[in-house]
Amino acid sequence: MNGCTERLYNGLVKENPTFVLMLGMCPTLAVTTSAINGLGMGLSTTVVLVLSNMLISMLRKIIPDSVRVPAFIVVVASFVTIVQFLMEGFVPSLYASLGIYIPLIVVNCIILGRAESYASKNPVVLSIFDGIGMGLGFTVGLTAIGIVREIIGSGKIFGAQILPLADEAAGKAGYTPITIFILAPGAFLVLAGLTALQNKVKNNMAKKGKKAPESASCADGCASCTNGACGGKVFPTGNEE
Amino acid sequence: MENKLNISSSPHIRSKITSSNIMLMVTIALLPASAFGVYNFGMNALLMLIVTTAAAVLTEYIYEKLMHKKITIGDFSAVVTGLLLGLNMPPTAPLWMGALGSVFGILIVKQLFGGLGQNFMNPALGARCFLLISFTGPMTRFIYDGETGPTPLAYIKEGSMSSVNSMDMLIGRIPGTIGETSVIAIIIGAIFLILMGIIDLRIPGTYIVTFVIFVGIFGQFTAADVGFFDPNYITAQLCGGGLMLGAWFMATDYVTSPITKQGQIIFGILLGVLTGLFRLFGGSAEGVSYAIIISNLLVPLIERVTLPKPFGKGGEK
Repeated sequence: MNGCTERLYNGLVKENPTFVLMLGMCPTLAVTTSAINGLGMGLSTTVVLVLSNMLISMLRKIIPDSVRVPAFIVVVASFVTIVQFLMEGFVPSLYASLGIYIPLIVVNCIILGRAESYASKNPVVLSIFDGIGMGLGFTVGLTAIGIVREIIGSGKIFGAQILPLADEAAGKAGYTPITIFILAPGAFLVLAGLTALQNKVKNNMAKKGKKAPESASCADGCASCTNGACGGKVFPTGNEE
Repeated sequence: MENKLNISSSPHIRSKITSSNIMLMVTIALLPASAFGVYNFGMNALLMLIVTTAAAVLTEYIYEKLMHKKITIGDFSAVVTGLLLGLNMPPTAPLWMGALGSVFGILIVKQLFGGLGQNFMNPALGARCFLLISFTGPMTRFIYDGETGPTPLAYIKEGSMSSVNSMDMLIGRIPGTIGETSVIAIIIGAIFLILMGIIDLRIPGTYIVTFVIFVGIFGQFTAADVGFFDPNYITAQLCGGGLMLGAWFMATDYVTSPITKQGQIIFGILLGVLTGLFRLFGGSAEGVSYAIIISNLLVPLIERVTLPKPFGKGGEK
């Protein structure tokens, strides 16, 4: 597996930011009331993540180590501002429903975490693919949570009514939405359920011998490890907003 | 534990009280309230109680079977959970709602956290709040004698004390959930539990006293024709809603209440204040369930601060 595909696989499956690393929980829990919100949030984060990973990787030899975090923040914040204006201009309804969580992408710990643990130490192309992988992993996670919450909580998927609703006044039988799933507690329930499910799938795969391929760079110990999750200098969770 | 003669190391003298006979006692104590609920609301109520109880027991059985755990449905704790949930349901709610609540209570609140003794909040109340948030309409629509009407607490909340008859509330001839309406039936069950030594007065006593003091002082600020410690108002607040059922049967749950004596008193005071706050200043007329589950969550902290010091510890160095 070459470096780029390895990065994509790492972001989507092995270190999925939502279900494995448990990063960026604030937007994960707050905006996933519907599939489209989850997808929108995931994709906008992906765009920022790819661009910031690229730029930070380009600048990695210029940014002095002692002020790297402010430098990363400036880069990330610039891209977030661009994304914010673009969304406000072209997808105003999505912009309205995501609200404050768009500017908050600046302090999203996935982005800072990848900048700190990957992009600032690795070449540009690999960093871009790391951003794509992590971003898509985040998008998949958010969309999955959004889909489950939307189906159970309102009987819809991507805004289309798939389960006909019950109408008591008209005596029509149908689905009664379990509203708690589109409220705050539902986010925790669905996140926990999906995480348990993916752990189960992974365990089953491991039992059958289809062990998830190890990253090549882990062969020679932690010193050369390229992912921050195992104990790099700064553990990414420290950057949660 | 249940055999009289044990060949084992100490302790050799054991109490005969086991989880299963405590739970059996609680089930028996709930029977007067259940019977009155069925008499008051008819067959629907009976079906609801049967469905919630059966669903709770079945969920526990299936989960433990699938997870290859010891089957614990014999300890009656699932029966108590199901029955309590049923008593907390409006008699007109659809039956599937009760079943869904039981599944949620047993599976998510109880079993996923490790089963009996490990649940972090009362499973029946956790399930009730889950249903209340999800299906606000059906869960708060109360029909009595064929008429949909507000509960006495809702009348009080609106400020029309005159529509409230305390005698009806004491007996239970009012709209409400299946088990909460009759104060007399609940007190009969509670006295039985106290006599059998299953519960003591510490939690329910402090709960009710704190609540009376709270509504006595603050009631006058929320309703126009209510005075300082107005007896009518206090009686109506005490007999209305789930206060009695909650105080005697749910706040006293062994698993989710503090074990230290001081802790139990703090717990009772907390319950009284929270219930008062929710009822008088909150958005809805009732607040017992939320007060109890929030206090349940604080129990580990309460226990930590009230842990007694062993003799000789903590003295001057």
